[in-house]
Amino acid sequence: MMTNPAHMRIDALVKANDVILFMKGSPLFPQCGFSSKAIAILDHLNVAYESVDVLQDMEIRQTIKEYSDWPTIPQLYVKGEFLGGSDIMMEMYEAGELQQMVIDEGLAKAEG
Amino acid sequence: MPMQAEQIENMIATALPGAQIAIQDLAGDGDHYAAHVIWSGFAGMSRLARTRAVYAALGGKMGGDLHALQLTTAMPE
Repeated sequence: MMTNPAHMRIDALVKANDVILFMKGSPLFPQCGFSSKAIAILDHLNVAYESVDVLQDMEIRQTIKEYSDWPTIPQLYVKGEFLGGSDIMMEMYEAGELQQMVIDEGLAKAEG
Repeated sequence: MPMQAEQIENMIATALPGAQIAIQDLAGDGDHYAAHVIWSGFAGMSRLARTRAVYAALGGKMGGDLHALQLTTAMPE
């Protein structure tokens, strides 16, 4: 599995970015309700994040589901670790866990 | 082939014996549901593990026939 090029591309992206969201559409134009909910949460957290539009890259769209053993999009990764989709992001946000993670991991965007 | 609410409920109930399951049809198109699952078996499971347990119960339908399932999980009070 590890030699699959898409798998390696995902792995590189996940490791190269502290916060990365694989989504449908872009932060400005999310193409699905769950993806826009995930973006809204990230914007509220004031963290710098990278996003990948899986609708523009079918290979990544298919492989990401095996990579994380998770059948749906969006998918959030923080510091190389898969966190979950928009439901789990919402639950964590409501419990203040995402805000705590931003502090603990020093992910807040620099002010100014 | 979209899924019916009862079908989703039965699949989850079969895999998570004794779970309390509330299914809400969000769009009336058999494709967008919300589900709230309360199950004692979630004890000690992370959020990811809980959701994976429900996805497993849906036997690969998640992301296929079932396009969107807004899922929340909880332990019994």
